[in-house]
Amino acid sequence: MLFLLPLAGLLVRTPWARLPLILSGDVVTDAIRISAVTSVSAAVISLVLGLPLAWLLARVDFPGRALARAVVTLPLVLPPVVGGAALLFALGRRGFAGAALEHATGLLLPFSIWGVVVANTFVAMPFLVITVEGALRNMDRRYEDAAASLGARPWTVLLRVTLPMIAPSIVAGLVLSWARAFGEFGATITFAGNLQGRTQTLPLAVFVALESDRDTAVAISLVMVLVSLVVLLALRDRWWKAL
Amino acid sequence: MPGAESSDPGAYPGLEESVPWRWQAGITALALIVADCGGRTAADDRSAAGPGSQPDVGGQLLVSAAASLTDAFAAMDSAFEATHPKVDVALNLGGSSSLRAQILGGAPVDVFASANPSNMDRVARAGRVSGEPHVFARNRLQIAVPAGNPAHIHDLHDFSDPRLRIGLCAAEVPCGDFARKALDRAGVVPSLDTNEPDVRALLTKIELGELDAGMTYVTDVVSTRGSVQGIDIPADVNVVAEYPIAVLAGSPNPDAAHAFVAFVLSGPGQAILAKYGFESP
Repeated sequence: MLFLLPLAGLLVRTPWARLPLILSGDVVTDAIRISAVTSVSAAVISLVLGLPLAWLLARVDFPGRALARAVVTLPLVLPPVVGGAALLFALGRRGFAGAALEHATGLLLPFSIWGVVVANTFVAMPFLVITVEGALRNMDRRYEDAAASLGARPWTVLLRVTLPMIAPSIVAGLVLSWARAFGEFGATITFAGNLQGRTQTLPLAVFVALESDRDTAVAISLVMVLVSLVVLLALRDRWWKAL
Repeated sequence: MPGAESSDPGAYPGLEESVPWRWQAGITALALIVADCGGRTAADDRSAAGPGSQPDVGGQLLVSAAASLTDAFAAMDSAFEATHPKVDVALNLGGSSSLRAQILGGAPVDVFASANPSNMDRVARAGRVSGEPHVFARNRLQIAVPAGNPAHIHDLHDFSDPRLRIGLCAAEVPCGDFARKALDRAGVVPSLDTNEPDVRALLTKIELGELDAGMTYVTDVVSTRGSVQGIDIPADVNVVAEYPIAVLAGSPNPDAAHAFVAFVLSGPGQAILAKYGFESP
């Protein structure tokens, strides 16, 4: 009931007649493009950085591992705006790392689409790391041992045994981190700013539209709900078990 | 939606689902008795002159005030509670258009102080204002730059330079609306890097040096006590913002609400506003 009520509220308020006009306007198309690019990028980066990290946390016993795990999980409990503020202090123009970055590469993260990607990755990566780490811990290691005893080298074991076995969790982690990145608001608006066509994602567009053009806000919200439904339905039962 | 933040319209949790009906009836009865007590004494006092002489006005007071009033109204809150010790003022600060949306959405606000007349007008047209709004302060725009003016901004014409990081308030917010009007009058097409949801967010980014320049109110520059510098805008292009305040129809605490508005319009209230850089109405 709790899940259906907001959806019903949206559907009741949807301006069905004006919908095609609103959805083809550039506020919406710009926001869709930016949201798509940044959320997918964030999910991919989360995978590339998160897989090795998950492996490290699950399989390697190093001093301070518990602390490392806590730090990695921090974005999960941190209010997104706090996360955005922290990113600004570190990676902003006058941030200790951001200033160096601008000096070295000329790249400034705030107010650019890369800033949105960084903010999204920051909040989304923990989801992937947690999911994959859990799978690595819980999987049956005997298959890996069997492969090793049959002469397989560590890389082969990894690619031919381990990864296929945790594949459902990797997919689940990817979807979760994509979904989190897709819906991200607080960190994005604080770190990357809000400019249509450059940093205004779908959630930011809804926030701005809510105060001036209720119809557009509802239309965009509907788009977000639909996209999420499609992705979750595409997961199918097989992958759901891993979530 | 995982991670999506919802803009809370200020809804209070309902009692109905969680509390047995007998308790609910008891609480309602108690609330009525307490409210009635407050009402009687306030009615007696209304004949007395001046805003400072209603020490028996009590209860909770929810004041929705524009973000640019943050510091001034924090001081106003303390001063009002000092002369009306039984009132507990809660300040709800935000962009005036957000506040207006909350009120029209049914939020139980007692007093609304907006940064421009148009948001107040929309609330009035919906029949949500009790009596008439009063203009209690005026504010002027200024170019805001980080201390030391690192990008050497001179005037509004610098706002069209794409190499600079320029921010404004979102167009829906009074500060953003006025800024665009001023730029229009000066014949400048700005090259923007961000539209911040309210004037305080914009100010923070300027203070941090993330933006080279923005347009905020004079009072905001004053409030940073030096970490943001102001550059004056010529009077012929500048926009003067008028701030109206009103008691809302359906206010849960109308006596305290009227006392608060009277206080803001009184000598002590106006002195507080002047201290923070506001001009008199």
